[in-house]
Amino acid sequence: MQNYLIEIFTEFFGNELAAQITTYVLSTVPVLAFIVLFVLFAVWLERKVSAHMQDRLGPMRVGWHGVLQTVADFIKLVQKEDIVADANDKALFNIAPYVVFVSTLATFALIPFTSIFIGSDANIGIFLILSLSGFVVAGILMAGWASNNKYSLYGSLRAAAQIVSYEIPTALVVLTMIMVYGTMSLGEVTIAQTSYFWNWGIFGGPILGLGKILLVPFMFVAFIILFISTLAEKNRTPFDLPESESELVAGFNTEYSGIKFAMFFLSEFANMFLIGSILVIFFFGGYNSPFGYLGNLLEIEWLIPIEQLFWFIGKGMFFVFVDMWLRWTLPRVRVDQLMTICWKYLIPYAFFNLLIVGLILLV
Amino acid sequence: MKTEEMILNMGPQHPSTHGVLRLELVLDGEVVHDVKPHIGYLHRCMEKHCEAMTYPQVVPYTDRMDYLAAMYNNFGYVGAVEKLMDIKVPERVEYIRVIMGELQRIASHLVALGTFGLDLGAFTPFLYLFRDREKILDLFESTCGARLLYNYMWVGGLSHDIHPDFIRKTKEFIAYFRPTMVELNKLLTYNKIFIERTANIGICPAKEAINLGLTGPNLRGSGVKFDLRKDDPYSIYDRFEFDIPVGEGKVGTVGDCWDRYYVRVQEVEESLRIIEQAINQIPDGDVKSEVPRRVKPPVGSIYHRVEAPKGELGYFIISDGTVNPARVKVRAPSFVSLSAIGQMAKGYLVADVVAILGSLDIVLGEIDR
Repeated sequence: MQNYLIEIFTEFFGNELAAQITTYVLSTVPVLAFIVLFVLFAVWLERKVSAHMQDRLGPMRVGWHGVLQTVADFIKLVQKEDIVADANDKALFNIAPYVVFVSTLATFALIPFTSIFIGSDANIGIFLILSLSGFVVAGILMAGWASNNKYSLYGSLRAAAQIVSYEIPTALVVLTMIMVYGTMSLGEVTIAQTSYFWNWGIFGGPILGLGKILLVPFMFVAFIILFISTLAEKNRTPFDLPESESELVAGFNTEYSGIKFAMFFLSEFANMFLIGSILVIFFFGGYNSPFGYLGNLLEIEWLIPIEQLFWFIGKGMFFVFVDMWLRWTLPRVRVDQLMTICWKYLIPYAFFNLLIVGLILLV
Repeated sequence: MKTEEMILNMGPQHPSTHGVLRLELVLDGEVVHDVKPHIGYLHRCMEKHCEAMTYPQVVPYTDRMDYLAAMYNNFGYVGAVEKLMDIKVPERVEYIRVIMGELQRIASHLVALGTFGLDLGAFTPFLYLFRDREKILDLFESTCGARLLYNYMWVGGLSHDIHPDFIRKTKEFIAYFRPTMVELNKLLTYNKIFIERTANIGICPAKEAINLGLTGPNLRGSGVKFDLRKDDPYSIYDRFEFDIPVGEGKVGTVGDCWDRYYVRVQEVEESLRIIEQAINQIPDGDVKSEVPRRVKPPVGSIYHRVEAPKGELGYFIISDGTVNPARVKVRAPSFVSLSAIGQMAKGYLVADVVAILGSLDIVLGEIDR
């Protein structure tokens, strides 16, 4: 789609560079719009899911079953005074929310939403995502340090320790998956799982023959490890220590208000979908439909991308829902238990898994 | 590398200090070296106020001490004044008082269990338990019109007789409520993460618990079988059959946070048993027949103690023969429980301080009075 746009703009501007820049700027618009809409929806969903799990109704007043509640909240948040205390380190304090948000937003460029829309199908796709999400740590540390508040500092140090440790099992599982697919580009990973659901990663991926059957249990283990470690990376319960409200008030964003707080909030929810979509891309066929396309059946070509978008968002939302489900069911682990889970269980299992999958692929 | 200890003020505005309490934590990283509780943010000179009031006027003040167990505070106070004046209250009043007291114990324990879960990040059980507590408050409301601070028990009697529907509704409540405690056990008590967070944390051995003066579920959690309802029976508690649950170290060491929590879970069931027995035996009668016209005890003093939901609640009253008490001193169980946190929390992590504080189940209204 982008090549097509570049051609049009080249004709329009008569300059290929200008055309490329315009195209790339334009292609961030749908992603940004998607993130904002998704966050508005997800916050509402989180409230509704928690409410119904807890025998409550949740928001009911603004719009049908409170669908516009988050819009109202967002308007309120924007109107709030942007408080910067005297003791804060102003420069860092002001930059931090944007560092966090921009690095989260940037990762969305690499996500293939449909076969025709992917911001940038870089050949080091997943590698870039991991490094960009590592940048979030810098933002969180900046926020915690610049707040000059002991609770914020604790929250941000915990967040940094947690995210950095859990990057390791994540990276090991990602390495396993790269071996299976033979590529780091998320677009190609998705294409490899085309057609029916038995080609999905969780069912052994696109490999044929005996190897596929042997791979299935190890793929399942890889999925569980990736699920747990990404849960910790996005700071969701039971690993929500950086902002555990009963100990640290609100963790690293205690001192933030107004639009800057909204930025942290936005990137947290965007992260939820991002992680969900990485799981979907590696294990559940990305945007591929499990049963073939209605568009193929009816021979309407433009229907296929729409169906793909539906499947992709649907699968991603399922994992977002699972996150919420866990959050409202489980208590929180303690900081040392969190590290134990990572270093004593996940990393050895991930290594072992990597080894076995490698052997299967070799033979 | 040279490191320094860090002092972290937890509170007075903090989500898990259960009111306005300030804990001064001395930390080395995440490890707690010392905890100093600072109290007094809710001090209302209650004991001094009582000296200017007549005896019946003190009852509403007792409501406001442990506001989660106001019925039981009334119970203790009127019991003390009745002892001082040598009043024998009618049978029906005694039965209603016991029923109300035990319902109040359940309500108080539900808050304790819920907020303890909340401190550990489990949000949902908290709301389930509050939903059920609401039903107990409905029962109270149908009896005396108030939901939190009742002024229900009067010296020598009660402010109102129970509503004609009360017995039926209470039976319905018990039938409804039993399964939800099973649900709580499935959702929270035996949750792996919950056990990891509470077992072997904040251990208080029996000897230390006695030396610290802990009472109620906190003492029983350490394995000491001591309950005033059995060991120093007041009112008509000697007529009922019930067990006293103690901590057994089922998943950890005796006297850890999980034990204190689980003692409360079991006590809820025992309270239900008492209510069931009492409600079937309740006699007819007038609840106001023994209420004296003028409460004017003879010169003397009395110490009367009851087993409140949080522990031993004692009232020491000195009478100088006038209509006003010369002194009302309250032995508040939460005050003693809170003083134990310094010893219990040493060497654990910040997150454990929250768990230990939650497992002690303190109410600041009672500590500061």
